[in-house]
Amino acid sequence: MAKRLKIWLRRCWQVARQLSGDDAYERYLAHHTACHADTAPLSRKEFFQRDQQQKWNSIKRCC
Amino acid sequence: MHNKILSIFIWIVVALLGAAALGGIALNRGEPINALWFITAALCVYAIAYRFYAAWITSKVLLIDPTRATPAERLNNGHDFMPTNRWIVFGHHFAAIAGPGPLVGPTLAAQFGYLPGTLWILIGAVLGGCVQDMVTLFFSTRRNGKSLGQMARDELGAVGGVAALVATLLIMIILIAVLGLVVVNAMKHSPWATSTVTATIPIAMLVGLYMRNIRPGRVLEGSLLGVILLLLAVAGGGWVDHQPGLRDLFDHPGLPLAWAVIAYGFAAAILPVWLLLAPRDYLSTYMKLGTVILLAIAIVWMQPHVKMPAFTQFVDGTGPIFGGKLFPFVFITIACGAISGFHALIASGTTPKLLSNERDIRMIGYGGMALESFVAIMAMIAATVLDPGVFFAINSPAGVVGKEAADAVAKISSWGFPVTVEQMSLLAQQMGESTLFARTGGAPSLAVGMASIFGSAFGQGMLSMWYHFAIMFEAIFILTTLDAGTRVGRFMLQDMLGNIWPRMGETSWYPSVLLSSGLIVAAWGYFLYIGVIDPNGGINILWPLFGISNQILAAIALCVATGILVKSDKLKHAWITALPLAWLVIITSAAVWEKLISPDVRIGFLSAAHSLADKLAAGTLPPEKASVAPTLIFNLQLDAALALFFAALLWIIVLDMLRICIRHLSNKPVPPLSEAPHHVTQLEEAWQRD
Repeated sequence: MAKRLKIWLRRCWQVARQLSGDDAYERYLAHHTACHADTAPLSRKEFFQRDQQQKWNSIKRCC
Repeated sequence: MHNKILSIFIWIVVALLGAAALGGIALNRGEPINALWFITAALCVYAIAYRFYAAWITSKVLLIDPTRATPAERLNNGHDFMPTNRWIVFGHHFAAIAGPGPLVGPTLAAQFGYLPGTLWILIGAVLGGCVQDMVTLFFSTRRNGKSLGQMARDELGAVGGVAALVATLLIMIILIAVLGLVVVNAMKHSPWATSTVTATIPIAMLVGLYMRNIRPGRVLEGSLLGVILLLLAVAGGGWVDHQPGLRDLFDHPGLPLAWAVIAYGFAAAILPVWLLLAPRDYLSTYMKLGTVILLAIAIVWMQPHVKMPAFTQFVDGTGPIFGGKLFPFVFITIACGAISGFHALIASGTTPKLLSNERDIRMIGYGGMALESFVAIMAMIAATVLDPGVFFAINSPAGVVGKEAADAVAKISSWGFPVTVEQMSLLAQQMGESTLFARTGGAPSLAVGMASIFGSAFGQGMLSMWYHFAIMFEAIFILTTLDAGTRVGRFMLQDMLGNIWPRMGETSWYPSVLLSSGLIVAAWGYFLYIGVIDPNGGINILWPLFGISNQILAAIALCVATGILVKSDKLKHAWITALPLAWLVIITSAAVWEKLISPDVRIGFLSAAHSLADKLAAGTLPPEKASVAPTLIFNLQLDAALALFFAALLWIIVLDMLRICIRHLSNKPVPPLSEAPHHVTQLEEAWQRD
């Protein structure tokens, strides 16, 4: 029972992280290792800066 | 076999329950009606439409292909193109489409009574808005996530492309002005609201610094910090309200507040996004989702009674909040809660790049809009649980009911909605405000409605806290829309100016940034300024203009979709978009017509301009009104020109779409379908479905 609850809580936490973009850097790293392993990845800070800049260059919010 | 029978049985029960709830709402006269019936009717209507209509469209008309690789898979760059779990995409999509529009529109439309608005929110959404969002999402997914403007250009030609671009820019300007006005009216002479809303700016900056420098990319930590600070700011506002010296610092009439909002908008447009826009957006998203969920729980728990009648006498066009008859103005006023053209901009371009499978399009496109429409239903409930007298006292502008409280209550009571000065003072005192009269715009009455629902569910003693929480919640995401809209408008303008002078097109060249941001802010700032000095409250002018422009953007999206359906030889089924399109053309054309030629000064822009000019010439205006009259006259003429321009834009693109369709049907050359070629997905095994 406790184990189930733990799995369930972990899942909720993952969904929250994914929805908010908290895990964006980890996802970027995973993609980078898979597809561009020959180049050095951006640091967490560099990635986050680039990500925010690009995100707000188009329409992201409605009325 | 058993499952099938069970399923048929369940859907028959849902249909009967929905029909009973809708019938109860529609046929009830004169008695308060439980809000739970609204929730039941809405959920049943969405469920049936989603299960049958949306499923039929995806399987028989769009021909969704689960084996086809989506752009997210083919163009995966680990960044904006990325196959994502459908629930996560749903969350992103809903957070992006849900704005203040569905909260404000139904609140204003409640002046006709609860029934017209509620019916249109339900019917418009399931037959129009949800279909628009879903087909736009589908067509954009099949075109590598192209934007609406690009699709219009590719599928219909240059005329469609330019029309989409111009409509988007104009709707943005009107939208920001009207939302700015809603915030100004909520903060007017309210030190509590003003200080809380002011505090959200440094809080957002602090969160921005935290997420950039202290703990880079830790979005959840930063947001949690921000949400706690925001709640403290609501409580802190109450403290400020009781400090005689501090209080005066935040106690302002509309005009200085409008200038502050304009200055803020300019600063937000030129500051780096990480400092203000991005953190504010995180906070507003959590606030929005949290409050909507809380409101749903509170309504189901408390089951408040709707006190507004089904229809009021204002269906004849004499309504105090905005002038105009039920047809076409209830449709124009509800706008976003039923059909929102703006969603087409999110459903194309952003969301398609995340879809892992075409199968998810129904849930995200159709389901996302159904949920948005449900938010509009809750806003309608929050507005109509108030005593109608109180609702009209809060929302009627001083220019209509009179400046003095005694005059206002006498006038409103004479309409058959009894209200007293004592009742209003007590309510204002409970909400921690000096007065609640003439707070046109929807935000304060929605906040009073929400506060009374929350208050009865979670404790009456906190009414003033709930009220200011609701105001803060509306203000924070109105300001996010204002920041984001100004920024997008700036990019569009830079893009256009870049065609004339390439240097202006460089989005990071500072002189260009300053000039283009200044132009966009000046454009919406002008309309905001006029709205604030307008004696009839400004909402009367700006909200219909906003509704018209939004519905015209929706018509453009539906034109693109209808054009693609006909070109794909699906003429037989093209009515799924052509029918809502025809309706939008009718209501927007009728609204523009009324706005131009109506002899009623509260509806017709031109008759209002003439009447004001006559009074000015005759010298019958008091001096303070005479000084602003020339500006108001010019603005009314400008509004008329704008409305006419919107209608012309609409008809140009509709006729262009029809021309393309007729050419295609008579086998003449048309721009080819720009659908990306078919690739078989490799994801299916690897991708865990839940």
